[in-house]
Amino acid sequence: MGLSAQEDTNRRMLRARDEMDRRYAEPLDVPTLAAIAHLSPSQFGRVFRSVYGETPHRYLQRRRVERAMTLLRQTDRSITDVAWDVGFASLGTFSRTFSTVVGCSPTQFRAQHPPVAVPSCFLATWTRPRDFSASAAVPRDSAFGEARGGRRRIASSS
Amino acid sequence: MTANHISSLHIRSVPVLDQDEALDFYTTHLGFEVRDDIDMGFMRWLTVGVPGQDTSILLELVGGPQHDEATATQVRELVTKGALGGIFLISTNVHATYAALRDAGVEITQEPVTQPYGTDFGIRDPFGNQIRINQFNTASADEIQDAYQETSS
Repeated sequence: MGLSAQEDTNRRMLRARDEMDRRYAEPLDVPTLAAIAHLSPSQFGRVFRSVYGETPHRYLQRRRVERAMTLLRQTDRSITDVAWDVGFASLGTFSRTFSTVVGCSPTQFRAQHPPVAVPSCFLATWTRPRDFSASAAVPRDSAFGEARGGRRRIASSS
Repeated sequence: MTANHISSLHIRSVPVLDQDEALDFYTTHLGFEVRDDIDMGFMRWLTVGVPGQDTSILLELVGGPQHDEATATQVRELVTKGALGGIFLISTNVHATYAALRDAGVEITQEPVTQPYGTDFGIRDPFGNQIRINQFNTASADEIQDAYQETSS
């Protein structure tokens, strides 16, 4: 397959993005993702942003918040457990990030959103917060590598 | 049948960047059969489908005359970014399907996950198109809805 340089770059960035989708709850770091994309860590963030229009860190935060929204909607796990399940090591960071992205607290979100029965991969795609427009002041202490390992993975992790 | 007489979905186009590579992937790894492989000179009409099922997939090469060069470049970039649609397939043994694809080196985007409606996992074709493979359980639509309700109550 003769890919152009840009198409080859896109394909490698997609593999790195898929890795974030798959391992969002783990302590991912830039060198790991950069290696998947066959780039240096210093190049990775810049190239990812050029392809997807946002930094890897911001993409991962949206992924984690999207998963939190689903767990809040479809399980009775505590807010703290949800925070841990999706890769946040601090309840405070989770709550601040969630409120910034979604526009309400996790508790308020759960109360307002009942579960829905559609294929989970579509739900994940279409409920992922689009951006951080609710506030420019996104908490920065939920970076790569903060998530703790060893937590039990829940069943409905799409 | 609805009042407009449409009776079935016949062919769905999937954008690919290399038809030989697409043919190999969809037949070798997914077990599709070739329905048509016709070189018409100006294009290669290449359709595949799941044996025993009527619906086909047109493995359509991006870059035909319907697109100018700039548009074709954009479409190719969207495909490789994973920004275009996907395919949903059904397996009768999702774990065996997963193991076979994993062992063959197919790009796995998600391992099998138990859902209220069944068990599914995700892969990508060589170009970036998303493919989900699901095995439905025996739950009815009402039972699936109940499962969602129970976990949230």
